[in-house]
Amino acid sequence: MIKKVAGPLVVAEVEGARKGDLIRLGKKRLIGEVVELRGDLASVQVYEETSGLKVGDEAVNTGSPLSVELAPGMVGAIFDGIQRPLKDIMKASGFFIARGIDVPAVARDKKWSFVPSVKEGDHVGPGDIIGSVQETPLILHKIMVPSGISGKVESINPGAFTIEETIAVVGGKKLSMLQKWPVRKRRAIKEKNPSAVPLVTGQRIIDSFFPIAKGGAACVPGPFGAGKTVIQHQMAKWSDADLIVFVGCGERGNEMTDVLKEFPELKDPKSGRPLLEKTILIANTSNMPIAAREASVYTGAAIAEYFRDMGYNVAMMADSTSRWAEALREMSGRLEEMPGEEGYPAYLGSRLADFYERSGCGKCEGKPEREGSLTIIGSVSPPGGDLSEPVVQNTLRVTKVFWALDEALAHKRHFPSINWLRSYSLYLANLSPYLRKEVAEDIDEVREESLKLLAQEAELEEIVRLVGVESISPKEQLVLFASKMIREDFLYQSAFDPVDQYSSLKKQYHMLKAIKEFFVRASIAIEDGVDLELIKSSSIVEKIAKARFLDDASVAELPGLAASLIGALRSGGRHE
Amino acid sequence: MNRIKISEITGPLMLVEGVSGVSYDELVEIKLKSGDTRLGKVLEISADKALVQVFEGTEGLDIKTVSLAFKGRSLELSVSPDMTGRIFSGLGHPLDGAPELIPTKRLDVNGLPINPYARDYPNDFIQTGISTIDGLNTLSRGQKLPIFSASGLPHSRLAAQIAHQAKVRGKEESFAVVFGAMGITYEEAEFFISGFRRTGAIENSVLYINLASDPAIERIATPRLALTAAEYLAFEEGMHVLVILTDMTNYCESLREVSAARREVPGRRGYPGYLYTDLATLYERAGRIKDQPGSITLIPILTMPDDDKTHPIPDLTGYITEGQIILSRELERKGIYPPIDPLPSLSRLRDKAIGEGRTRDDHASIANQLFASYSRGREVRELVVILGEAALSETDRKYLEFAGAFESDFIGQSENEARTIEETLDLSWRLLRILPREELKRIKSELIEKYENKS
Ligand SMILES: Nc1ncnc2c1ncn2[C@@H]1O[C@H](COP(=O)(O)OP(=O)(O)OP(=O)(O)O)[C@@H](O)[C@H]1O
Ligand SMILES: [Mg+2]
Repeated sequence: MIKKVAGPLVVAEVEGARKGDLIRLGKKRLIGEVVELRGDLASVQVYEETSGLKVGDEAVNTGSPLSVELAPGMVGAIFDGIQRPLKDIMKASGFFIARGIDVPAVARDKKWSFVPSVKEGDHVGPGDIIGSVQETPLILHKIMVPSGISGKVESINPGAFTIEETIAVVGGKKLSMLQKWPVRKRRAIKEKNPSAVPLVTGQRIIDSFFPIAKGGAACVPGPFGAGKTVIQHQMAKWSDADLIVFVGCGERGNEMTDVLKEFPELKDPKSGRPLLEKTILIANTSNMPIAAREASVYTGAAIAEYFRDMGYNVAMMADSTSRWAEALREMSGRLEEMPGEEGYPAYLGSRLADFYERSGCGKCEGKPEREGSLTIIGSVSPPGGDLSEPVVQNTLRVTKVFWALDEALAHKRHFPSINWLRSYSLYLANLSPYLRKEVAEDIDEVREESLKLLAQEAELEEIVRLVGVESISPKEQLVLFASKMIREDFLYQSAFDPVDQYSSLKKQYHMLKAIKEFFVRASIAIEDGVDLELIKSSSIVEKIAKARFLDDASVAELPGLAASLIGALRSGGRHE
Repeated sequence: MNRIKISEITGPLMLVEGVSGVSYDELVEIKLKSGDTRLGKVLEISADKALVQVFEGTEGLDIKTVSLAFKGRSLELSVSPDMTGRIFSGLGHPLDGAPELIPTKRLDVNGLPINPYARDYPNDFIQTGISTIDGLNTLSRGQKLPIFSASGLPHSRLAAQIAHQAKVRGKEESFAVVFGAMGITYEEAEFFISGFRRTGAIENSVLYINLASDPAIERIATPRLALTAAEYLAFEEGMHVLVILTDMTNYCESLREVSAARREVPGRRGYPGYLYTDLATLYERAGRIKDQPGSITLIPILTMPDDDKTHPIPDLTGYITEGQIILSRELERKGIYPPIDPLPSLSRLRDKAIGEGRTRDDHASIANQLFASYSRGREVRELVVILGEAALSETDRKYLEFAGAFESDFIGQSENEARTIEETLDLSWRLLRILPREELKRIKSELIEKYENKS
């Protein structure tokens, strides 16, 4: 029975309540979760707007924790923070989300064609793949034995089944394609290896300067409008993950609409198929109930881990983890817990660490042997853009990639506005063997020299600001010119241009290598007394500026061209 | 009901004991001995106690003689197709001398969240006639785009100009303006009302006015009334609704007052930790819905305390809205109207609302180029302060000239000048001609050839 209602927090007397139990409240049977127990009273965070609840209203214990349903039918769908399917909710309640709607997460009536991969008499255990369903042209949904079940396959049949129908009998237990998993519980992975393969995103500053490994974790903080969402959308569109889970956590409704509208039309660069065939969306927008926002990142992680366990490379984006942290703070405040820094609860850091720990790469549970990975990219929205605040700081402690978005760059419309001097990736050493083998032997040197040029530029800019450009040497002026090329012709990348929005690793390398060749040859030329203006007017400069819009083969010619064109310049002579 | 008793009155709150069957968020009618009634809503219930927030304030209430009626529903707004042309108080009482509205419906002012799946992406270009908006930070139908202003800057004039000039070209559709005023001065309110009267826009407008002299807590209800009216007109009557809310800073201060009275743990600068969520439940009510004729475009206005963009009110607003239009004191001092600083301003929906078939094929490139060039021009201007103009290179001198011309001719325009998008773009080409051609890196050469000599 309800004793108290304060916003999203309800205190109630509940039969046999355990921490984590799902509770149904009031006539509308609103969904909540026990977050604290004190004597006979349970504090319940409610996943729906609580207006209308009364003292004395019913509080019924369902006896099970908040769980996701895992079965064919999730890919291409859009769910709210507690995995309610928004499309079906619209059918049930119209354009606005009414309260107390009960619809199953995954459709019960659809039949899927199941193909077994084990035989009667085989011995199977948890995680073993017993068959599959072609869920979308891009995703082969592998059906795994749920945890806690093992034994001999007594029967298994191919055919069309709904997710609740029995597809096999194992050790006397009937198995269907539907499993449940408590969202807050991490799904185990065997042998978490350090990842040596990058998640290729097609975004030049990321792949070439600050790459993320498959199975890694990245933090993207920045003030409003700096470009966090666009970067995450770009990664969802172009990265070479097998499956994308995009969690819109307390952000804008239209950003979800954007994905829903674009992804069926955009083509996956690898397969040419519509992107929505490999995407799952979780949308708990800022105006939706705050407790469900807190749950949304876990819902996303549980689904992502499930697909990882099939042996896929999964990438999950959480936009924005600050809104998740604020939901945590809000509930903590209502529970009258002792506030820590900026009012956040003292356990903020450990919750964040738990969350990012769900990323990783390694051997999956069960047979046949397979590897999967889960990469997590979380955006952070610090108040006033101040990176010293607790959510950013606690996130940086557990993520190895830091893409620092810079407001000044965003105001200049330099996108992506990732600051090249402050960002870092701690995966570089791990990824180097792969990159040297797959892209180019000297890829590390090219990157390092480019970054060095940019660092020199920053120092020189200081000097120029004080004493003017005429007072620095031609060689230093060349540094300024070449680093400007890196910034404007390489790092600047429009998310809205059909060609520019994605660059292959090879193309990226050749663009950067061309600038490096230009710089090296031009330095020699300047030593030989060639006029800087002559170098600047070489046709290679314009060609490099256009490289963004060229195909891979044309860009591959640029480094050689740069070397020969600039190398041919002679002092006092005319160019070309 | 006799057992009900008020045990405490603090700030805008009232603690009531001995209640039963009261629900969270319920509306309360408070009858004073004088016969006056006030409205309140239940903020918290616990056992037989209810915490009630009184919209008109608790001034003059006493513990003994007041009687309470719990209404069994939330605060509601009466709506009807006849509501346009009317002026109401911040709590929805008629202020125009005309009788109470005969409602066809009563709607909960809290509304419900729009299902993200039901949304349609806003990409219909709205021509406001203002170059810095149309050209650089384009507004779309269904967008929420706030104006960040500061005391003494002409945000009201700008908002009124947008309200009068805004149109979607080539379409004659029914439209309405909903105006919600929170704690503004009588003069400011008069400025809007007389403007609406003069242009005849009043016929298509609904106004909810809470003045600076009106109860502060009422301001928490006002934007909700305005948005509920807007939802009704847009999604039930199929109109395109422009909502102007001013001044959101006053709204937030009222929230802070309630939060302080509840002794909640304060967030930044004393504002409650849930300010983001609270603002989001207002701003996210803007939008379009699939296959529905109407839309809600929202322009909230706020004044940045101390001109500080990182203050929680503008900061959290910017994190929710789809961009922001920022007014600059520096431009205002130079006598430039509207003093919109394009660099920190942003419209996130611009790129999907412009281009061939929507505005013009050169629009995106022009906008990117203007941003880059103006921002370079401003950097050069800073260099001049330290080094003097003599130290500038030839190119930088051009940038300096460009920045000046851009401010006076592009940003600056008169209060009743409505430029078409073509005029804005042609003007841009004229200004860009100041710069050497090789500096126009953001524009593809085909476009340069196509437009360079045309304007
Ligand atoms: N790579 C890009 N190319 C072109 N434009 C970009 C790019 N990245 C960002 N932008 C521009 O910046 C705007 C803001 O970006 P975005 O919405 O990603 O910001 P954000 O950091 O997520 O802000 P918030 O915290 O408020 O959600 C975009 O709408 C777009 O106009
Ligand atoms: Mg964002």
